[in-house]
Amino acid sequence: MERPLTQHIHPDGTTRTLREYVKTGGYRCLQRLSSGLAPKDLQRLVTDAGLRGRGGGGFLTGTKWSFVPMGADAPKPKYIVANGDEMEPGTFKDRVLMEGDPHGLVEGMILAGYAIDAEVGYIFLRGEYHLSAQRLTEAIAEAYAAGYLGKPLPGTGFRFDLHLHASAGRYICGEETALINALEGKRAVPRAKPPFPQTVGLWGKPTVVQNVETLYNVPHIVNQGSDWYHRLSRTQDGGTKIYGISGRVVNPGWWELPLGTTAREVLERYAGGMADGVRFRGLLPGGISTAFMTEEHLDLPLDFSSIPPEVGRLGTATMIVLDDHTCPVGFVLNLEKFFARESCGWCTPCREGLPWVVRILMSFEEGRATKDDLSLLEMHAKWLAPGHTFCGLAPGAMAPLQSALKYFHDDFEQHISTHGCPWSKKSSQQRILV
Amino acid sequence: MLSDTERRELEDAVKHYPDKRGATIDALLTIQRRRGWISDDTLLEIAQFLEITVEDVDSVATFYNLIFRKPVGRHVAFVCDSISCWIKGCEQVQEQINTLYNADLGQTSPDGRLTVLPIACLGQCERAPALMIDQDVYGDVTPEKIEQIVEKYK
Amino acid sequence: MATIIVDNKSYTVDEQQNLLAACLGHGLNVPYFCWHPAMGSVGACRQCAVKQFKDDRDQSGRLVMSCMTPATNGTRISIDDPEAKAFRASVIEWLMVNHPHDCPVCDEGGECHLQDMTVMTGHVYRRYRYQKRTHRNQSLGPFIRHEMNRCIQCYRCVRYYRDYAGGRDLNVFGSHDALYFGREQDGTLENEFSGNLVEVCPTGVFTDKTFFHHYTRKWDLQAAQSICPHCSLGCNTTAGERSGTLRRITNRFNSQVNGYFLCDRGRFGYEYVNSPHRIKRAVVRQERQPSQSGATEGVPQPLEFAADCVRQARGIVGIGSSRASLEANVALQSLVGPQNFYQGIDQQKGQLLSTVLKVLQTGPVPSASIHDAEQSDAVFVLGADLLNEAPRLALALLQSIRQQPMEQVDELKIPRWDEAAVRNAVQNRRGPLFLAGYQRTWFHEYATDAYFAAPDDIARLGFAVAGSIDQGAPSVSDLSPEVKDLTQRIAEALTHAQRPLIIAGTESGSQATIEAAANVAWALHQQGKQPQLSFVLPECNSAGLALLGGRSLNDAFDAIRQGKADTVIVLENDLYRRADQANVDAFLEAAQTVVVIDSVENPTTAHADVLLPAATGPESDGTFVNQEGRAQRFYRVFVPDGDVKESWRWLSDLGRATSQEGGSASGVATWRNFDDAVSATAIVAPGLAHIGEVAPSASFRLVGQKAPRQSERYSGRTSLISHLTMHEPPPPVDHDSPLGFTMEGYRGPLPSPLISQFWAPGWNSIQAVNTYQDEVGGPLRDEMPGVRLIEPVATKAAGWFTTIPRAFQPTAHQWLLLPLSAVFGSDELSNQSPAIAQRIGKPFLSLHPSDGARLTLEDHSTIDLVLQGTTYCLVVHLDPSTPVGTAGLSLVPEVSGVRVPAWVDLLKAIQTEQTRRAA
Repeated sequence: MERPLTQHIHPDGTTRTLREYVKTGGYRCLQRLSSGLAPKDLQRLVTDAGLRGRGGGGFLTGTKWSFVPMGADAPKPKYIVANGDEMEPGTFKDRVLMEGDPHGLVEGMILAGYAIDAEVGYIFLRGEYHLSAQRLTEAIAEAYAAGYLGKPLPGTGFRFDLHLHASAGRYICGEETALINALEGKRAVPRAKPPFPQTVGLWGKPTVVQNVETLYNVPHIVNQGSDWYHRLSRTQDGGTKIYGISGRVVNPGWWELPLGTTAREVLERYAGGMADGVRFRGLLPGGISTAFMTEEHLDLPLDFSSIPPEVGRLGTATMIVLDDHTCPVGFVLNLEKFFARESCGWCTPCREGLPWVVRILMSFEEGRATKDDLSLLEMHAKWLAPGHTFCGLAPGAMAPLQSALKYFHDDFEQHISTHGCPWSKKSSQQRILV
Repeated sequence: MLSDTERRELEDAVKHYPDKRGATIDALLTIQRRRGWISDDTLLEIAQFLEITVEDVDSVATFYNLIFRKPVGRHVAFVCDSISCWIKGCEQVQEQINTLYNADLGQTSPDGRLTVLPIACLGQCERAPALMIDQDVYGDVTPEKIEQIVEKYK
Repeated sequence: MATIIVDNKSYTVDEQQNLLAACLGHGLNVPYFCWHPAMGSVGACRQCAVKQFKDDRDQSGRLVMSCMTPATNGTRISIDDPEAKAFRASVIEWLMVNHPHDCPVCDEGGECHLQDMTVMTGHVYRRYRYQKRTHRNQSLGPFIRHEMNRCIQCYRCVRYYRDYAGGRDLNVFGSHDALYFGREQDGTLENEFSGNLVEVCPTGVFTDKTFFHHYTRKWDLQAAQSICPHCSLGCNTTAGERSGTLRRITNRFNSQVNGYFLCDRGRFGYEYVNSPHRIKRAVVRQERQPSQSGATEGVPQPLEFAADCVRQARGIVGIGSSRASLEANVALQSLVGPQNFYQGIDQQKGQLLSTVLKVLQTGPVPSASIHDAEQSDAVFVLGADLLNEAPRLALALLQSIRQQPMEQVDELKIPRWDEAAVRNAVQNRRGPLFLAGYQRTWFHEYATDAYFAAPDDIARLGFAVAGSIDQGAPSVSDLSPEVKDLTQRIAEALTHAQRPLIIAGTESGSQATIEAAANVAWALHQQGKQPQLSFVLPECNSAGLALLGGRSLNDAFDAIRQGKADTVIVLENDLYRRADQANVDAFLEAAQTVVVIDSVENPTTAHADVLLPAATGPESDGTFVNQEGRAQRFYRVFVPDGDVKESWRWLSDLGRATSQEGGSASGVATWRNFDDAVSATAIVAPGLAHIGEVAPSASFRLVGQKAPRQSERYSGRTSLISHLTMHEPPPPVDHDSPLGFTMEGYRGPLPSPLISQFWAPGWNSIQAVNTYQDEVGGPLRDEMPGVRLIEPVATKAAGWFTTIPRAFQPTAHQWLLLPLSAVFGSDELSNQSPAIAQRIGKPFLSLHPSDGARLTLEDHSTIDLVLQGTTYCLVVHLDPSTPVGTAGLSLVPEVSGVRVPAWVDLLKAIQTEQTRRAA
């Protein structure tokens, strides 16, 4: 099976050099742009390929690009931004790509910039990814030296400049409009949409923010075409996906697989199944802002279109497994602590509601919860929904909670009736971590 | 007073943005790398360089996790407490650090060596539990490995 | 216009608006926090949720935030939808997670928007049972108290302070549920409009510290419309009193003047009313000694004594005041006769006022209201330091620079109420604002160009701009290349604007500046544009006095000196602020009798032979005419104690007493009530003919009832003086206005001047103003925003002003001493407020660094400066914005005797430590 994104990544963790990258066809398509691949052609190519955003949203990339005003009268400069603020717990796929193959991102950005006529690019990298920062800095320098950056591409007037921006640690920066605010040097509070970043983005100019993994796909699509891209996958969504798994499985890790691979395959074939002595209870398919999937869902193709909305969504496709030796309530408490701590503080339901949810869940763990607390949790799961809050952080926080209340309802009840946690972790669990 | 090196680094940072304010986070992180933390005086120096007010800088500084507005030890140990690390036992890791160095979460060890802080998912989930000390990331950390890891940081 | 359907009823709305504003405009109660009519929507609090349906078949709908949803035609929503109601109640419950239950001890209680919204949403029981977060409060200065535990994180304070008012030292810190709104360090809030925080904040985080010192609940206040007396803009305020103490000033919405905001001087400068230096007793001084309280045996009654003096006078001089009401000035004029009435300002200032009046009356360009100024899309300010002289106008210009960039916002189809999106689209772009003056302030950071020069050079710039706009206007030669460029830029910006505005000040004493401003406006008019003019005048009734006319103070001094008169009546005017001490001393000495009518002790009252205690603004009815030419009415809020009476009433009584022996009473002696005063004023000068239309007359009734000054919940009426007597006193009767000193009266819709305080069922806070407007942010229903007395009649200017001053040349030994107005310190009355007094800076002399070098002075050093015979101790400020050859003198109380502008030989006049030691 083809693994275009990762096949050349060194297993020992060292990075690919520019020479290696070029040897396997890297930067080759930049020569082709002048011979009949105009920006709108590139856009159409990506649209035909059905590339969808790999940040969790799954939005059609080509469509996203099409909202950018083009032509001589369009505002300038336009910006293409790589969202490398990978902070979704359980998610590590972008790290793998950036550490292993930094030039792939550089080339992806040049092409995406070309497609929307954006001459400036930023890689918004989470500050904790020091190794990625180092490798990307080197790759960017190499690309400048080689003339891929900073000089007009052959035959076109298009000249691309790329900057690396390291962030200072906030999950909400992964939200594209909050990211734009962070890049502008402000507090990373999201923006209301409309207007969309394609109209009013970075410094008021048209901007496209794209997940790192999504951008890695672009050079391959340009090189091999949209039909090829479709053939990579099993379902209507094109391409491959980096799937990951963490938790108590035999081989936690990542694998590039056709889009549409099922959870069971990843879990049993690649991750080696559950670790010794534990059994499967459920998993979050892609980062923690997704709903639990249980045994009955393990054969669903994991892509952007095949999961029914009442079951959940793919998210980042890096799965976190809940085993039967881990308290589901404690599991959800850990998630909600994260969300409460990472709330930006702009809108009321998220800012005040999430810490409340955390304290209620702590009551469960401490054996002080009542039936009313269950209703309070359900109230929050209902109210912290898309459109009710300012952005998607709180609705994302409610996805695992709501599904946990559904699938692990008995566990919650047991905490109430036995006045304690049957899996009883030590009291250190109860600290609020700011 | 900003040192010449610090000033040069800030000037480099500012080049990447059409607006000096855009370099606020870069400036804070850059200076913090040298000074360990951002004091009120440091804040003022950065504000003056960027030609914005101290309130502007501090409003941004206090928003983010990785900017320290209180003194820290010679090294900062970040213990990932997100879900995958939690499942695989980050609490035991953190307790062991406390046992060995007398620093609970949010505290600095009495010898000034280490400040211990929680951190959200380091993206090392396949190698949980994860620990980051300064800029170095460690995966598959167990309580037994702590001493060996931390001893490198004087 | 568009039609929206709300709970199955159709409403016509402005489709440029958002749903929240549209609903509120129709009196539909939708709760909200972070939206503000002057600041647009940001969608943070989520309180304004309503259910939106796709069409009439959609049964479920979805929740949307009404403040962030456009009022597009056909929009279908429900406010009463059960899910929307439950969600809105939840928002309050979330806010109550951390909100302390300190209503009983919180200053905001009773006019708290959070209280109102809690009741409106029906939230009752808080189910949160865990710990609340708490904060340390900051000391923010003498104006504002800080209680952060009450914060509901609506972000209004920082949006107002930073985005609207240009302030920098208030910000938000932290994140998630650990947010802090305050300064970096404890310290006085620097922005001159910080006081509006107390109304912008929907809870009790920011409250009025001056009010706190003599606190009472809103419902216990007796209140009425007042007009701020502290500058010439005439912002409308509501003054609230209880138990004989003026408790506070709040903003009173006037769509044409101040809108929703005041400056700090206006809000916190009221304590002169409560000052221990108030004159409470009418006295006759036998030996010209400082006033004693109470009349002693053998001393005649003050009024009779004064009447005797007036009757026996060999010539009388009546000195009016530009801080006294029109009616008081007219009363004096009637009493002494027009030929003996003096405006109480020196000749030069009088001349400036005449010129301003002439420009506005005979020219084709109208004067601009503050509301107009906000809408202007290119502004040129000549010789006025707006931030210090007319702060509310500076605040308006901070909004005017947002106008021109709105073109692009409209092109991007971003609704103008979508505040965050507008700011993101506009970034740092601003409309044209050109400031020409001689002191730099933070306001200059918002200028496209700031030009610092001596007044003559400022005028020359103005003339040059006029000449550049229209070839017919006189032009200026021998300009430097930089000034030529600047001239071009200004001319272009003004010519390309839709609503250009020219503002000029009078503080610098420069006639040429006013004339240059007129030329610029007329040049634009000649080019077919729609310019407006605005002149910053010295005091709250300078324009009124100008319309009334009268001779100058110099003439008054002459009259006494030449023996043509021997009796002086001074009305609310401290002459020592108008002329130099020697002249005033001589004047008052030479007069046989000096009768002074004033409210607070000052150097002039100390010289009075007869001192009659005048009521202050909140204790009288009256009319001021602001710099726009707008006549506005202020009403008595409470009846003062002691002998205190309105000045016009003293003069009317004096008139009656004077005419008692023989002769029938005429003029002011026939005035029985305030209506008579108004009628008399309306006929005394052509410009004042429409005074009667300013507010309803004393006989105005609705359903036979007066308008009450007290709320229905006013308490303690029967026990307020129970420590003196158990008998309940009858409420004072008000014959002078349609208001009553009572709780009883008409509670329905009133003409705006008669509204005592804004209140509506369910709206106890200042947000109640919404319920008085048909369109939120727009005029009040039945708004009587004052009457513009000056409208242009000419269709073109009669002729250009042609006297162009020569370029200012610094000379070897003389510096031109220029006045530097200080928002805290230059206004006579507000200086009496302890809170304002705390903010007054030390007197300073500002010099260009090169002049400083010439004079061997160090920055921040202290000097003694001999000016006009007196030695003043000043701090030196070396300031590159001070034009070379000039020196700025900060106009604070210590230097109030100095006449500026004036030429001074600084080499001789300055004594430093060194020269003193050397001497």
